Amino acid sequence: MDFAQVVQYLISGLTVGSIYALLAIGFVTIYNTTGILNFAQGEFAMIGAMSCISFIGWGFPMYAAIPSAILVTSFVGLFLERTLIKRARRSTPVHMVVITIGLSILLKGIGMIIWGTYPKSLSPIIHAAPIEIFGAVMTSQSLFIFIVLIMLLILLYLFFDKTYLGSALRASETNPRAANLMGINTQSMSALSFSLAAALGAISGIIIAPMTDATYEMGLMIGLKGFVAMVIGGMNNISGAVMGGLLLGVLEAFSNGFLSSTYSDAISFSVLLLVLFLRPMGLFGKTSGARV
Amino acid sequence: MLKIDNLSASIGNVRILHSIHMQVNEGEIVSVIGANGAGKSTLLNTLSGLYKPTEGTVQLFSETISGLPAHKVVGRGLSLVPEGRQVFSNLTVKENLLLGMYSNYFKKKELAKPNLEKVLEMFPGLKKHLNNLGGLLSGGEQQMLAIGRGLMSDPKIILLDEPSMGLAPMIVNEILANLKFIKEQLGVMVILVEQNVKAALNVADRVYVMDQGRVTLSGTRDEIGKNEDVMSAYLGVKRA
Repeated sequence: MDFAQVVQYLISGLTVGSIYALLAIGFVTIYNTTGILNFAQGEFAMIGAMSCISFIGWGFPMYAAIPSAILVTSFVGLFLERTLIKRARRSTPVHMVVITIGLSILLKGIGMIIWGTYPKSLSPIIHAAPIEIFGAVMTSQSLFIFIVLIMLLILLYLFFDKTYLGSALRASETNPRAANLMGINTQSMSALSFSLAAALGAISGIIIAPMTDATYEMGLMIGLKGFVAMVIGGMNNISGAVMGGLLLGVLEAFSNGFLSSTYSDAISFSVLLLVLFLRPMGLFGKTSGARV
Repeated sequence: MLKIDNLSASIGNVRILHSIHMQVNEGEIVSVIGANGAGKSTLLNTLSGLYKPTEGTVQLFSETISGLPAHKVVGRGLSLVPEGRQVFSNLTVKENLLLGMYSNYFKKKELAKPNLEKVLEMFPGLKKHLNNLGGLLSGGEQQMLAIGRGLMSDPKIILLDEPSMGLAPMIVNEILANLKFIKEQLGVMVILVEQNVKAALNVADRVYVMDQGRVTLSGTRDEIGKNEDVMSAYLGVKRA
């Protein structure tokens, strides 16, 4: 094993990890504002990727197809929240998990009817020569993914930490009852978080599609990986989710490289189990406490 | 003026409030006292829209506010400072205060600054903490933050659910002095729910005594203060 190879694994791990991170951020956004684990998060990636491919098929240029696909997906998220999730708000967390798994199967079925079962491909979003780093090759697509992740993190930070609406979202997350008393309609906040999470899912689907091809059933696996990343990161903080995603991606890349790609999923889920057994609050999570 | 007429409320299948009649006039501090489980908190939560009344009406300056959800009631001018303060622990003090005026922030953004100054003038102790997290404040400071946050929406009436809970007597006195300021300087009506009856009698103009979901007695501060039943039940003063 030489150094260049290690760097190569690291780059491909971080690339895949960035996508897991985006999905994990979507999980965290919904979980924080509503307490719901949304297992349909991966389906948002599928809808984003597939609708982007459709828009391009209809002759949209790439720069118009991507925002349109993101918009469509976030409307799907909004619609699902307003029609189904809202009605089930009083259900227990376990029921909610079953409901979102059902939702994921439903969306997958609808995806199959609309887009068929054949994999579709999306051409690379940017065309540039690969860059060489310490003897390893970083494709322009990988670089693009890192840039997207960093930009989104900055935007999310600004939104959640520096805007009034962002503070209202965080308030409804920490104390929905008190937020209600301030005049915050916590149901609208739930709708907002679903749209936001759907948009994030769509972005991850669109950037992964040129690398793996898109199918109606792509959502399940990357959705689960996003979930694992979220749990590793500690469920309720965005930076933890990002670290969890990157860590999981790198772990997978190295196990692909040194063992076999057959085991990579098994390794991811073993890590999930290990984290749940040894550090259930996540690697980057804090146990919560409050002054009374 | 706040007028509560024949108000009843249930939690689940259990009826907690039974036909409450109450009135708060302009420029008044009204205190509601009673034992644990008398329904005081349920009353405040029903007034603020967290619970839906099963019967009766609540009118604030002849506008009916009963039946509205909590996030709309605050915009109509009724603000509740909930039991146990409930500050947003992971938000800064400034963010906490600004969220207090969420109901009219998007319409009257220009009020944010003067309102913030007004609250900080009232609670100068919060000034140095503006950028600290709400959860890191002491109990007394959190209570001041909660009251300040409740005032940010320019309410016509503010409801306080046991502001003295868990606080040192000196801080309780400070908070009670603030209630007088709220009444006299800001012209806001106050409903004060207290277990600390002595403190409540100190600042209230009128008092309602609640027992098992009913108003059993009402009167001016002096009338209630001289009532032997109340004194023996809540202050342990022995009958002569």
